[in-house]
Amino acid sequence: MLEVFVFSTLNGLVTGLLLFMLASGLTLIFSMMGVLNFAHASFYMLGAYFAYSVSLKLGFWAGLFFAPLLVGTLGALVERYALRRVHAYGHVAELVFTFGLAFLIEEAVQFFWGADTKNYRSPDLLDFPLFVLFGQEFSAYRGFMITISVGIFLVLFYVLTRSRIGIIIQAAITHPHTVANLGHNVPLIFMAVFGVGTALAGVAGVIAGPVLTTFPGMAVVLGSIVFVIVVIGGLGSLGGAFVASLMIGLLQSYAIASNLGMPDLLNLLGLDFSRDHPLNDLWTLTLPQIAPVLPFLLLVLVLIFRPTGLAGKREE
Amino acid sequence: MLEVSELNAYYGKSHILQGVEFNVQEGEIVSLLGRNGVGRSTTVKSIIGEVSPVGSIKFKGEEIAGRPSFEIASRGLGYVPENRDIFPTLTVRQNLMLGMKNGQRNSRWTMSEIFEMFPNLAERAEVAGGVLSGGEQQMLSMCRTLMGDPDMIMIDEPTEGLAPKIVDQVSRLLEEIASRGVAILLVEQKLNVALRISHRLYVMGHGQIVYEGTSASLQLADEIRSEWLEV
Repeated sequence: MLEVFVFSTLNGLVTGLLLFMLASGLTLIFSMMGVLNFAHASFYMLGAYFAYSVSLKLGFWAGLFFAPLLVGTLGALVERYALRRVHAYGHVAELVFTFGLAFLIEEAVQFFWGADTKNYRSPDLLDFPLFVLFGQEFSAYRGFMITISVGIFLVLFYVLTRSRIGIIIQAAITHPHTVANLGHNVPLIFMAVFGVGTALAGVAGVIAGPVLTTFPGMAVVLGSIVFVIVVIGGLGSLGGAFVASLMIGLLQSYAIASNLGMPDLLNLLGLDFSRDHPLNDLWTLTLPQIAPVLPFLLLVLVLIFRPTGLAGKREE
Repeated sequence: MLEVSELNAYYGKSHILQGVEFNVQEGEIVSLLGRNGVGRSTTVKSIIGEVSPVGSIKFKGEEIAGRPSFEIASRGLGYVPENRDIFPTLTVRQNLMLGMKNGQRNSRWTMSEIFEMFPNLAERAEVAGGVLSGGEQQMLSMCRTLMGDPDMIMIDEPTEGLAPKIVDQVSRLLEEIASRGVAILLVEQKLNVALRISHRLYVMGHGQIVYEGTSASLQLADEIRSEWLEV
């Protein structure tokens, strides 16, 4: 039992921190521009594909360096030459634009790399067990994923709350005109934040690609969950996104590892249903089966009982 | 320093500024007076780029009409808005840091000097800007603009809603700013403050300049005061 709990916690942390890398960029962009970027997970997918291509020639580490740079540059160009123009037509136009961009990137990925799964692998350097606990191995690569994610969180937190550029970004989020009147180039700040946000998604793609497989549907798989995290954490809150990411990661991990099900609950209540009951499928559901639905269930509960999310500021 | 000619501005179909013309010289304190709604705030917003201007605005000899706000501010024209726009979650020190421009050197104003001039701000350096009193917020807003070392600042209604003692402090700061060679365009409703510290004054009415003179001449111009200024 302890063994299951420890490994579920570790796996939940890995998933949660990976989700945070995606959610942090998305929430930063939302804070500044007030628009949810539907194409955000597509930049994550591009990160994985760019890294895969670079790794074929130069190895994994070069991919880790170049892919986020490429994705961030692409993100900045998208903001500068497309999103900024669409911005004049309001948030609906922006949403439709990013929605279309997500499809465009998915089609482009299939066009250039094909529809099959890519053999993008973790580096040999990290191909060993970091430690063995209860007879089970925890790979060094997963430890690496945790280190990178925590490192990014700490750097991001420091930059945003302690550095002068972070203070300018915070101020530009709430008072863009005042910041511009003080001589700061707000459009350039917006472009840089969009670039950094998409680059973070790119980093997530680079390190998740070898574990979660690199295929054209990978953006869809994580995309919806990232939106759930941003809403649960509170639109625009980095701290909220961090807590929500870990919550979702751990929740799913515990759910998958448990063998609890509806029959256990019914037995606890002293109820019993025969196997030929028309709702037999419902009564025999197990927690691992409903694990993928849990984030969305949590989303519904948060929207009902705390619509601003855990640390949302926008409604205040 | 600042030369405004044939300045027009519109809010939708409303023609707010109708050919405004005035100038501010180096180190001068110039006041823009007038009743509410005559276009004083729109004039400064047009100069800083918050409202689209039609006409000519020259700052230090260069045309700035229609340029982005950040570019105008970078050229040395500071703006203190009427609502002060303090960043409420940032500390006093962080608010002041925001006023500094990238790569700025040899500023006329340093943070330690500002704290020396305003011990209240120094005592509350690590306090969030949102919890300061109205007077302290006004001082912070003006000092934040000074941190960018502007050659001229436009201040919109700095004494609005302040106690008489604080109004005196604001007046003294304005004179101190001017004594360091920084020109000031003051948008003010309190006639006594403007008359006391201004070198020249303009009176606005119906979106136009209707009078130009010195404090002494305006004090003698009873007709102008009763027609355009007194309520």
